[in-house]
Amino acid sequence: MEAASIPPATSEPRSETSLVRRIGNQPIGRLLILPALIYAILVTQAPFLLTLWYSLQRWNLNRPERRGFAGIDNYRFLFTRDPAFPEAAFNTAAFVVTAVLASLLLGLLYAELVNHRFPGRGIVRTLLITPFLIMPAAAALTWKNQMLNPNFGVVDWLFRTALPGNISPNWLGDFPAGSIIIVLVWRWAPFMMLILLAGMQSISEEVREAVRVDGATAWQEFRDITLPHLTRFMQLGGLLGTVFIVQEIDPIYIMTKGGPGNATTTLPYLVYEKARESFNVGLGAASGVVVVLISIVIITFLLRVLNRLIQET
Amino acid sequence: MATITMRSNARRRQGGVRKESAPMLWAILAWAVGLITFFPVLYMFLTGFKTEAAAVDLPPKLFFVPTLENYRAVFSINFSPFFINSAIASLVSTLLVMVLAVPAAYGLAMYPTKKWKDVLFFFISTRFLPPAGVIVPLYIIFSDNGDPELFSHGLDLLGTMRGLIILYTAMNLPIAIWMLRSFFEEIPRDILDAARVDGAGLLREMTQIVLPMVIPGLVATIFISIIFAWNEFFFAFNLAAAGTSTVPMFMVRFVTSEGLFWAKLAASCTMAVLPIVLLGWAAQRQLVRGLSMGAVK
Repeated sequence: MEAASIPPATSEPRSETSLVRRIGNQPIGRLLILPALIYAILVTQAPFLLTLWYSLQRWNLNRPERRGFAGIDNYRFLFTRDPAFPEAAFNTAAFVVTAVLASLLLGLLYAELVNHRFPGRGIVRTLLITPFLIMPAAAALTWKNQMLNPNFGVVDWLFRTALPGNISPNWLGDFPAGSIIIVLVWRWAPFMMLILLAGMQSISEEVREAVRVDGATAWQEFRDITLPHLTRFMQLGGLLGTVFIVQEIDPIYIMTKGGPGNATTTLPYLVYEKARESFNVGLGAASGVVVVLISIVIITFLLRVLNRLIQET
Repeated sequence: MATITMRSNARRRQGGVRKESAPMLWAILAWAVGLITFFPVLYMFLTGFKTEAAAVDLPPKLFFVPTLENYRAVFSINFSPFFINSAIASLVSTLLVMVLAVPAAYGLAMYPTKKWKDVLFFFISTRFLPPAGVIVPLYIIFSDNGDPELFSHGLDLLGTMRGLIILYTAMNLPIAIWMLRSFFEEIPRDILDAARVDGAGLLREMTQIVLPMVIPGLVATIFISIIFAWNEFFFAFNLAAAGTSTVPMFMVRFVTSEGLFWAKLAASCTMAVLPIVLLGWAAQRQLVRGLSMGAVK
């Protein structure tokens, strides 16, 4: 963006030294930003422009001789003839909304628990943060096998022994979406806790004391002081959670491979499958563009909220 | 320095953890929730020291005679190259991130131009775009043939460490810039002005005054960058090859193990997560700042 203010060398017949001097006259702040800016544009924007271009091409790697301009054919195929696409769009929305809301609620519980003084508070906070640090692939494997496996899983064993009726659900087979959401929530609730805890700790102790003097119960204090103060921290957590959780494909690949059927296929996972398992460049690129367009809607909203939050601090 | 201490004292007085102790019941509840949440990690860690037969034994046992057999086995099926690849990819990309992000964040914080906010938001928008949106062209331009209609040959980065490092640098750059900027902004302007009056150049200003003050911020940013690169799956899975695979690709080998090799799986999971869990524990206070893009301090 800043680079735009420096005219390219070809635009006017100036000597090279003049261009160098012009760059040299830029405020130092702009020069410091340039390397990072150029890097980000080259590595992230250039490939996306290519995605746009390829999405308009008919190009199958197995039949390169039939390559040509396809117009919006790839998009038309996605929206009208690809049965996985609407299902994946629905799954993405369902996964993200459920996982984000559940992580926020559980994160709120975690945060309220460790925002009180008790013996070993630091250790409990550390225990609660840990799932967020676990490599997603390792977390998905551990949950898939050691926790949810219908024969040898600990969760399953608990259900069999602790509950009457010898229920032994086949978690990944019968509740594939639920199982993936459990793992997502387990990993993202700690992240919400960190943000909400920062929010709780910025509430002044005087305000708390004032309502306590007025005889408020612990619940009233939580409802009337803590929760209203946390609104913008919840917004922030919700929006960042949305952005990060949309991008997650590791638990899906490892736990269900998008199945059974398309029951756990999300849009990013669909793009990945199309890119990897078929050789259709055009179609893969078109689904990538759609994922990005949907993300841009979310991002625009997110950036507006983020901007407001930063103005306030 | 005096200003900083005063400021943080003021912040501490304003809020912080509740002063009065919670009742005993609260402590029990908090410990129970903490232990339940941590249980899968603990169980994974313990299983790594069990025999294969004991690993699938129910009810789950927390006390048993430990064995190192699984760790020996994991290393004999070549875990080390994956570990080394992950270390190289995380450390080199983090180094590049810092080389690019420190000057950029410094420029944004200390010499804000009219459009500094747009620049900052541009950076963060690149982090929010799903990698799925660029994987198709990356695969093509990273291959050695490339796209014959556009270029004579590709970048030949497919299955190389360089390819992963380039992408991880781009992935962590926005978060690093946001995080570092929020640290740079806390440096009191008076100190910088005083140094400038004394005739300190940009280089001296940065190395002798600014950097020592933001070392905790630099360390936290480095940790977060390493954590994200180490745990990354999508690019590693799609673009790495046999010799350049990272730790998550080692994990993928176990995807179809139905009750087999769980102890070895647990041992390799433990090795895979250990460096990051330790880093994360050390950086837990700064973690939130990085992940919230500096919006929460």
